Amino acid sequence: MTVHAPPDVPRKPRLEPKSVILWTAVALVGAVGWTVLALSRGEEVSAAWMVAAALGSYAIGYRFYSKFIAYRVLKADKTRATPAERLDNGIDFQPTDRRVLLGHHFAAISGAGPLVGPVLAAQMGFLPGTIWIVAGVIFAGAVQDMVVLFFSTRRNGRSLGQMAREEIGPVGGAAALLAVFAIMIILLAVLALVIVNALAESPWGTFSIGMTIPIALFMGFYLRMIRPGRVAEVSLIGIALLLLALVAGRWVAESSLADTFTLSKESLVIWMVIYAFIASVLPVWTLLAPRDYLSTFMKLGTIALLFIGVLVAAPTLKMEGVTDFAKDGTGPVFAGSLFPFVFITIACGALSGFHALISSGTTPKMVQKETQVRMIGYGSMLMESSVAIVAMIAACVLDPGLYFAMNSAPTVIGDTAQSASEAIQGFGWEITPAALQAAADSVEEPSLLSRTGGAPTFALGVSEIFSNVTGDSLKAFWYHFAIMFEALFILTALDAGTRVGRFMLQDTLGNIYKPLKRVSWWPGLIGTSAVVVGLWGYFLWVGVNDPLGGINQLFPLFGITNQLLGAVALTICTTLLIKSGRLKWAWVTGIPLAWVAVVTLTASWQKVFSDDPRVGFFAQGDVAQEGIDSGKLSGQELEDAETIVTNTTVDGVLSAVFALLVVVVILDAARVCVKSLRNPDSVVSREEPYQESSFIAPAQLIATKEEKRELAAAGLGSGGGFKPGTGPGARGSGGGEDAGGPDGGGS
Amino acid sequence: MTGAASLAAAGRKVWWYVREVIGDTAYERYVEHLRTHDPEAQAPTRREFERMRMDAGDDPRKGFRCC
Repeated sequence: MTVHAPPDVPRKPRLEPKSVILWTAVALVGAVGWTVLALSRGEEVSAAWMVAAALGSYAIGYRFYSKFIAYRVLKADKTRATPAERLDNGIDFQPTDRRVLLGHHFAAISGAGPLVGPVLAAQMGFLPGTIWIVAGVIFAGAVQDMVVLFFSTRRNGRSLGQMAREEIGPVGGAAALLAVFAIMIILLAVLALVIVNALAESPWGTFSIGMTIPIALFMGFYLRMIRPGRVAEVSLIGIALLLLALVAGRWVAESSLADTFTLSKESLVIWMVIYAFIASVLPVWTLLAPRDYLSTFMKLGTIALLFIGVLVAAPTLKMEGVTDFAKDGTGPVFAGSLFPFVFITIACGALSGFHALISSGTTPKMVQKETQVRMIGYGSMLMESSVAIVAMIAACVLDPGLYFAMNSAPTVIGDTAQSASEAIQGFGWEITPAALQAAADSVEEPSLLSRTGGAPTFALGVSEIFSNVTGDSLKAFWYHFAIMFEALFILTALDAGTRVGRFMLQDTLGNIYKPLKRVSWWPGLIGTSAVVVGLWGYFLWVGVNDPLGGINQLFPLFGITNQLLGAVALTICTTLLIKSGRLKWAWVTGIPLAWVAVVTLTASWQKVFSDDPRVGFFAQGDVAQEGIDSGKLSGQELEDAETIVTNTTVDGVLSAVFALLVVVVILDAARVCVKSLRNPDSVVSREEPYQESSFIAPAQLIATKEEKRELAAAGLGSGGGFKPGTGPGARGSGGGEDAGGPDGGGS
Repeated sequence: MTGAASLAAAGRKVWWYVREVIGDTAYERYVEHLRTHDPEAQAPTRREFERMRMDAGDDPRKGFRCC
């Protein structure tokens, strides 16, 4: 085996004065932003300060910390050929322009999670959530995404599960797989619950989301039969139809058809389950692929619009920096104290275990250069985090009274504007019943009370920000636009998630009964899909009928599971760092791992063992059981108490099981680490051996002067390509080929 | 460059980016890939290629979307 020593960090003799001035200025912008946010007491702060604090911190984190990780810790080597270069097959393995891959990767990691978590966390004020979104992404979330991407790239794009099995062992691997499956079920149930809460009793929303199905079917048919592969063109048609459906939703809501599209939560659950089952069994070209194109467009487009909206409108934050709920943990949106529950609730915007599934698998097969993992892994996650900041802003520009009216369960605020107004006064905020009704009227919804789940709050905040720019007449349109935006992701996630869950089930059960392994065996396909849909459908049903409020109960479970998956990914990263002889750098993923493990295990512990019935599942069940035993309950109250006993038992057992699975993974990994430290010769590296790269491409979004010179000398565009006389085209043309940058053709 | 010309150039860049990100250029890339390996290679038609690509996507391990 040839031993290749990666080059050391290209060190410049000293920093240029220009760069020192620039980065000092960036640091100052961030610091001033944080200072203004932290010192605001009582007066309203402009959201621009939050943007300044976040962007300043991201820039510093990217420039210094991610560079340190890429070159010092990982020793990313631009002379080493990536799987995309070595295994190029023109389909899934192919060197892809870094800017395109950034878009791809970002579209794959971003979803509804970062839009929901910060909205719920806003009950503790904007400060705790914002601090964690920014600090968490810089030191944990983005690090995880980048390190997983790097290690998977060194292993030909192995998936997280494969790496767990190969690098830790069968026990850790199996526990990780089981954890992923269970987590997926909870994830899908919670996402579906968000949509159910947003669409219930809303004919406008239900109609326009419903229309996405025929639109996607049309797009699928068009691509299959009429003009194969013209994705961009059909997506533009699809977007136009989508906007039409949005406008038409208003007409429907005002017409005699309104009743047809006014659905209760229960019927929405049934429709959703049926839909997801059919969609996940159909071939991908019919629904999943076209809807994925639509959501990619909507994601990139709407997020860009949101940033422009926040910058142009510069709305003021009406929520307090830190509310009393942060101190006493008695908030109505989710129960529990700031530590650990703010971290659990923010989830995806700061650290998302699910990203590790994307960072291993698809993206590593397309990276041109190892050095690009910094921009793609770390950079995309910073973008995701900035989406979470926008969601936080959207929640905090609303009047706090309105915010709490939308996010508290009916058991807390009652079901009339009058009772809600009184309950909110009890929390310490003022909002009149008339103001509550006026807010609902402004977006043409019958009521906004108890529209939990984050999506309606986010949508209302967005409509507030956008209508600052476009005028109030479009407010209802923007509200429903934002709902559709979120619903589109979630429907795609339900379909794709059910497929992934089904595949895991087929793969595992296939060890017992062979035919199940065949992905296209119909009875197996239908059976396993039904099991997966049934499982999340159960939790969805439970969530909808939960007397204590489904989001209040299930969202912490979702946050815990997502963060536990992050712990699994960070465990694998830390193990790989140690096994590859980087013990002195193991803290880079080791510290975030320790933090997330402490946070999630504390949260799980409290959810299982807390005596406080608002926090602990079993304590909650006990209270309900006492009620039943007392014999004083009857009718609806008795039914509710029985439901609570069942639900809390299921939720409590699940919390314990998740935590145990992750403890097993961590312990098994620790065993492997200790073994490899005691006996370094026993370590078998699964890393692909070094091969020299003949591909030239810049590492960052914008090429440096040096890189530009190198590209120009090889006659390549800004997208990069093979050195002249090398690469697959060398035999034929003998010249360098252009990978097709934007400036590759004309200029 | 005049305003209109630079606007058109910017528009072309955006269109290039959109087509690349969304996967419109997969076929062109594949044919190019085939040609560079073997100039005589029989390339599938676009219809055949897109069908093959889409049906391979039925494998749920691909195209996973996040939360």
